[in-house]
Amino acid sequence: MSIGRPLLDVLGLDAWYGDFQALFDISITVAEGEVVAIIGANGAGKSTLLRTIAGLQPRTAGSVSFDGAALAGVPAHRRVGLGISMVPEGRRIFPSLSVEENLLIGAQARRPGPWTVAAVLELFPMLGDKRRRGGSQLSGGEQQTLAIGRGLMANPRLLLLDEVSLGLAPIVVGRIYQALPAIRAAGASVVVVEQDIGQALGAADRVYCMLEGRVALEGGPAELDRDRIAAAYFGMRA
Amino acid sequence: MTTLDPDRADPADVDRAASGSPAAKEPPPRVDVERATAASRVGAVLALLAVAVLGTAPLWARTSVLRTLVGFFTLLALATMWNLLAGYAGLVSIGQQAYIGVGAYGLYWLSDSAGLDPFAAVPVAALVAAVISVPIAVLAFRLRGGYFAIGTWVIAETLRLLVANTTQLGGGSGVTITAVSGYDRQTRIYLTYWLALAVGVGAVALTYLLLRRRLGLALTANRDSETSARSLGVDVYRVKLLVYVVAAFGCALAGAVIYLNLLRIQPDAAFSVNWSAFMIFIVLIGGIGTIEGPIVGAVLFVVVQETLTQYGSWYLILLGLIAVAVALRARHGLWGLVAERTGISLFPVRRRLKLPPPPTPGGSR
Amino acid sequence: MTTANNLVQGLLLGGLYALFATGLSLMFGVMRLVNLAHGDFAILAAFLALVVVDGTGLHPLLTLAIVVPAMFAVGYLLQRGVLNFTVGGDGLAPVLVTFGLSIILQNVLLELFSADSRGLDAGAIEDTSLALGRLNVGWFPLLTLVTGAAVLAGLQLLLARTRLGRALRATSDDPEAAQLVGVDHRHAFAVATGLAMATVAIAGIFLGIRTTFSPALGPTRLIFAFEAVIIGGLGSLWGTLVGGMVLGVAQTLGAQISPGWGVLTGNLVFLAVLAFRPSGLFGKPVTT
Repeated sequence: MSIGRPLLDVLGLDAWYGDFQALFDISITVAEGEVVAIIGANGAGKSTLLRTIAGLQPRTAGSVSFDGAALAGVPAHRRVGLGISMVPEGRRIFPSLSVEENLLIGAQARRPGPWTVAAVLELFPMLGDKRRRGGSQLSGGEQQTLAIGRGLMANPRLLLLDEVSLGLAPIVVGRIYQALPAIRAAGASVVVVEQDIGQALGAADRVYCMLEGRVALEGGPAELDRDRIAAAYFGMRA
Repeated sequence: MTTLDPDRADPADVDRAASGSPAAKEPPPRVDVERATAASRVGAVLALLAVAVLGTAPLWARTSVLRTLVGFFTLLALATMWNLLAGYAGLVSIGQQAYIGVGAYGLYWLSDSAGLDPFAAVPVAALVAAVISVPIAVLAFRLRGGYFAIGTWVIAETLRLLVANTTQLGGGSGVTITAVSGYDRQTRIYLTYWLALAVGVGAVALTYLLLRRRLGLALTANRDSETSARSLGVDVYRVKLLVYVVAAFGCALAGAVIYLNLLRIQPDAAFSVNWSAFMIFIVLIGGIGTIEGPIVGAVLFVVVQETLTQYGSWYLILLGLIAVAVALRARHGLWGLVAERTGISLFPVRRRLKLPPPPTPGGSR
Repeated sequence: MTTANNLVQGLLLGGLYALFATGLSLMFGVMRLVNLAHGDFAILAAFLALVVVDGTGLHPLLTLAIVVPAMFAVGYLLQRGVLNFTVGGDGLAPVLVTFGLSIILQNVLLELFSADSRGLDAGAIEDTSLALGRLNVGWFPLLTLVTGAAVLAGLQLLLARTRLGRALRATSDDPEAAQLVGVDHRHAFAVATGLAMATVAIAGIFLGIRTTFSPALGPTRLIFAFEAVIIGGLGSLWGTLVGGMVLGVAQTLGAQISPGWGVLTGNLVFLAVLAFRPSGLFGKPVTT
C-alpha cells in the first residue's frame, strides 16, 4: 500500500441547493492508492460532497483539484475521461440496457486500463449468467455489483462509491466490500460513503465523519474510538 | 370540532383545540391570515373606476373604437381562460378554438333555428360547450404534456371538419347571423359591447374568485408538484376537470360574443388554431400564472395588432420570436418582471401570515 | 374493387405517415419532448429541396443527399441552442417554444415563398404503377412505404446495436447517470433531434413529390404523425408503422364515402383508439 501525493484535494468547499447551504468549508484529501471512508448521518452532506467531486453540483464555492489540476468548469462527463468515476446512490442502472450493455456503456469514455467486461465478470461472477437480461431485472445486490462494475469499466483512478450498502443484506454487503482490495490493486483510489460504520472502518485507511455539512472528525480507524465517533456522528456535546 | 377552513378559522382556536386545556399555559401568539395588500386595495378601486368608465364608452366612443374594445374584452376573456388552464392547472391546450367555434355556431343555431334572442343565446351556447367539454376532457386527459396539447388540437380540427361537412351549419362556406336583424344597428352594437365588457370583466372576476377559494390552493399546489398535491389528498383529476369545463364555458362565451360582433362565421376562421396562438402570446408575454398577466398582455396585443397588422406575416414572426424568447428567458412575462421587482399584487390570491411583534424583554419567558 | 384499391392506397399512404411519425416518436422517446413544429420542419425540407432543384436541376430524390444532412444540422443546432434549455422542468416550455417556432417557420416560409402551392417533379416514377391482378399499385407510393420501413429498421438497428444508440437509450433513461459514465447528455439530445429532423427531411421530400405543398401545410402533417404514433402505441417504433397504415386506410376509405370525410375519418379513428385502447395497438399499458 503506497501513500503518495494527494490525488484529490478538496479545499474550503461550500455547496448549495437553491438557498439551502449543504456544505460548509469542507476540506478533504485522498492520496493515491488510499481508501477513504466518509461517514455521517442522513443529511450530513456526504452525497452532496461526492456529487460535487463528480461534477453534478452546479452551485459551489471553494476548490476541488484532481491530480493537481482544478476541476472548476469541467462538466461531469469530462471528469470520467480524467479518471473520476462515481457509482451513484440508488444504483441507477439503465433499465433500457441489458446487463452487458450497462457494463459496455461504462466504458463510454474509452479510458485504457485493466477493466474489461471479462475482468468485471471475473470479479462479480454472479452477473455472468445474466448478461443478456434487462438491467432492471436483477436483485438489489446484483444491481449494486452491476453499478460498481459499470463504474469500474471507466478505468478510474478515483472511484466514488455512494452508499453501496443501502437496502442490502449484510452478506451481500460483505461480498461487495471483499472486492475492494482487487479494485485498489488494479490502480484506483476509492472514496466510500457509508452509513454502515463497521464496514467503513474495516475497509478504510482514513475516515472522515461529517455532521450537518461540516467535517466533524477525521483520522485512521485505529485512532478513533466509539465515543468520539458517536459524538461526531450525532453531534452530541460532552 | 373547530373547522380548519383557512378562510374562516381563528388559528388561535385551532391551537387551543389541539393542545387541550386553554388556561394551563401561555396562549400561543396570534397569527393572522390575510390576503389584501395596500396595493391591492388601491388596485381594486382603480379597477372598479376603469370598469365604470369603460361601461359608459358607448356614450363617448366611436363605433370603430367600440369594436376594438369588443376585440379586447373577448381576447382578455380567452387569455384569462387559457391562463387558468395552463398557468394554474398545468394543462397546456392548443385546442380552445374548439369552444370558440362551438360558441359561435351554437349562437347561430340557437338564434336562427331555435328562435332564441341572440343575446340570450350567448350564455346558452356557452352552457352547451361546457356540457360537451366533459366527454372531451375524459378523452383528452388520457394524454399528457405535449401529446395532450396536440390532442386538444386534433379535437378542435375534428369539430371543424364536422361543421364543414354539415350543410345545416353552412358547410365550408359558413353562415351569417341574421337573428339580430330585429335590432337597430346602434342598439345592437351597444348591447354587443356591454356583453363583451361583461364577459371580459366576468372572466377575470370568476378566475379571481375561483383562486381565492380552496380550489385556488389546490391548483397552485398541483402546479408546483402534482405528486405532493395528490399525497395531500387533492383530487387532481376532479380539479383539472373542473378547470377544463370552466375554461370551455369561458371560451365559448367569448367566441359567441366575437361572432355576434362579426356576424359572419366560417369554420376555418372560428376553429382556427390562430386563436390559440393569440391566447398563448398574450398570456406568455403578459405573465403566465398571474391574474394580472393576461390583462397586461391583452392590452399590449391589441395595441400591437392595431399598429402592425398591415405588415402581415412579419408581425406574426415578431410575436413568435418574442414568445419564444419569453418562454426561454423571462418565464413570468411582463407582469412577472414588475411583480418580482416590486412585490405588487393587484389580485392577491396568496395568503400571508401576519406574525405578532416579538415579545418585549422583561415579559414572561 | 375500388375499395380494395383504396385499401392498398391507404396502406401505402401509411408508409409516408410512418416517415413523419418516426422523428416525433424518437424525440419523445429520448427526451419526452414533443416538437410542435415537427410538420413545419418537413415543409421546410421540401422547400429546401425545391431551392436545390431550381438551382442545380437535380432530380428531387437526389437532393436527399444535400437536404438530409442539412436538416440534421438544423435539428442538432435547434436542440443544442434552444430546446436543451427547455428539457426537464414543468413541461410548459417545450410546448410553448416549439409552438412559437411553428408560427415563425410558417410565416418565414410564407414571406420567402408566398402561399402558392408547389411541387417537386420526380418525373415518370410519379405516374407509373404496378399492376397486381386488378389492383394498381403506384411505384412511388410503394417506394415511400419501403423507405418508411427502411428508416424505421435503420433506427431500430442504430438504437439497439451501436455505441451511439446505447448512449441515446441510457440518456433517455437517466440523463444524470449517463453523465456519470461519460455521456455528454446535451450532445446526445442534440443528436436525437438531428436524427429526427433527418427523417423529417426524407418525409418532406417524399411528400413534396407525391403531392403539392405550401407553407401552411405543416400543422396537418404534425397531426397525422401524432395520430399514427398514438394509434400505434407510445414506445413502439414498429407500432408507428402500423399506426400510420391504419390512419392511411381510414383516411382513404373515408374519402371514398365522401370527399370531405377523409381526414375526418382518420381523426375519428384516432379518437376511438384514445377512447377504447389508450395505449394504442402495440404500446405499453397506460397508467393514469
